Amino acid sequence: MSHDHDKPFVLPADQIHIPAGSMWRKMPIIGLLLGAAGIGGAWATSHGDTHAFWYAYLVGYMVFLAFALGGLFFVILQHLVRAGWSIAVRRIAENMMITLPALCLLGLPIIFLGAHDLYHWTDVAAVEHDFMLNAKKAYLNEGFFRIRMFVYFGVWTLLSLFFYGKSTGSDGKPELGIRAAHSMRFWAAPALFLFALSLTFAAFDLLMSLDPHWFSTMFGVYYFAGSALSMFGLITLTVILLHKSGYLRGVVTTEHYHDLGKYLFGFTVFYTYIAFSQYFLIWYANIPEETMWFGYRIADDFLPLTFLLVIGRFFIPFFFLLRRGVKRNAFTLTLAAVWVLFMQVVDMFWLIQPVRAHHHALESGDHVMHMHIGAVDILALLGAAGVFIAAFTWALGRKALVPTGDPRIEESVQFENF
Amino acid sequence: MSKPLKKKTYGLLAEYDSARAIYHACEQVRDAGYKVWDSHTPFAVHNLDKAMGLGPSVLPWIVFAMGMTGASLAMLLQWWTSTIDYPIVIAGKPYFSWQAFVPVTFELGVLFSAFGAVFGMLGLNRLPMWYHSLFNSERFLRHTDDKFFIAIEARDPKYDPQKTRELLERTGALHIEEVED
Repeated sequence: MSHDHDKPFVLPADQIHIPAGSMWRKMPIIGLLLGAAGIGGAWATSHGDTHAFWYAYLVGYMVFLAFALGGLFFVILQHLVRAGWSIAVRRIAENMMITLPALCLLGLPIIFLGAHDLYHWTDVAAVEHDFMLNAKKAYLNEGFFRIRMFVYFGVWTLLSLFFYGKSTGSDGKPELGIRAAHSMRFWAAPALFLFALSLTFAAFDLLMSLDPHWFSTMFGVYYFAGSALSMFGLITLTVILLHKSGYLRGVVTTEHYHDLGKYLFGFTVFYTYIAFSQYFLIWYANIPEETMWFGYRIADDFLPLTFLLVIGRFFIPFFFLLRRGVKRNAFTLTLAAVWVLFMQVVDMFWLIQPVRAHHHALESGDHVMHMHIGAVDILALLGAAGVFIAAFTWALGRKALVPTGDPRIEESVQFENF
Repeated sequence: MSKPLKKKTYGLLAEYDSARAIYHACEQVRDAGYKVWDSHTPFAVHNLDKAMGLGPSVLPWIVFAMGMTGASLAMLLQWWTSTIDYPIVIAGKPYFSWQAFVPVTFELGVLFSAFGAVFGMLGLNRLPMWYHSLFNSERFLRHTDDKFFIAIEARDPKYDPQKTRELLERTGALHIEEVED
């Protein structure tokens, strides 16, 4: 309740800087090693089955791209609505967002090496004999695909560098911070447009076009909902881990936990709304070319996975996060965040792997959907994780853990839920 | 001949002139062990509930129970009407097409939750209330303007006209009066 406006607001330096000897500062090297070992190991264990390798690679890539895009979304949104509470955790999201340049590099192999194994529509001869793919040729062709991917990567890199540069540039310089805050607020609105369009079309191109006959206009929002959800999970988890190692104490408080928990809960409902709406419309219309996408996901081995998705994406987190006390307790919130991250992996697996199983079921002629989770899947996921962790923790150690130059940092630290 | 009505005491009303003053006064009344008392402020004072030692409200549980009831009733109604009471084949789909029932289930769950929240809140606050003893005090009218009040009711087990008044004086009250019931 007490505000002392005569004294400048200064946060304790040992709480907002990670010193050089800390385990956190070693994580970039560990991450890089994990990334190289994971991707190399996945390639080795795929034994020349390039399909298995690239599908596993795409699962890992989309899981971690979701964090980075989620971080970008969080930063843009908080500036757009001039949110006060979130400034104390905004730097965590900014560090997630600044992994985008690294993740864009990680996406290049998909465009140049993996596209033929992943995307049926890159097969020019097959497209000629397929009425629907022929009709979509103007959009789904490799040249335009590459141009589009470079546009998305360019937009993401520029947006993340802009917001990261403005924010870190005013660290410890409140006089610069006011101008930076205004500039970021001004650019937040056009940035959100660019973000929404690029994420939607990237989800179409990278995920939906795996099954090029199928289409859903809600698909972009579906990927976005999972992306926002897993981003809030990772912010929560990072803050809790930083608290455990003795940072951000008294800076990020129970009140911020509570708000992050509310966001986890809110986006659980949002995801369910989007995912059910997509299913509901297709179920109602009952048009074969649309229903088959769900059809082979509820067939054979994939039926239990679909049930896990419904229960694990909605029922478990919804009822778990309903109570206020759960969102204000570090332990229960950790459980929720870890569960949400696990379900994001399940969701990406569910979006991508059934396509390969479906191809296999048709080609082998036994028409049974087999689900395989092998070393290649786990190693590819760890590989993408390594690259993400390396970039994320490098950014965490590089600058202060909170945007100290933001004119309203005091408001955020002292924020209380009603 | 009717006997003159004996006037009963509602309690003691203490007046303060700032949020800070009433906040600390509430802490003292709470620590003195009073249970049947309330504070009245012209605007919401952050954390006053903690200063008063109020526990969490039971309202969320009412809302949850109502929401679950609404959702269950909606699903039950649709199941009964479309499979037992008046079964019709629509678009070749099964009678019990739960997918089609989800929107109504969701909406009724939300509607009942909202009813639970609004009417539960009114009920817990014993509203609407046509008479309240505190309005017998002329000074109390300023609680919607610029004054802050604590009212300790006579039915509180710890209430004692003298000791309670002394406690309120120690909290720095600007004015203390006994209010008729």
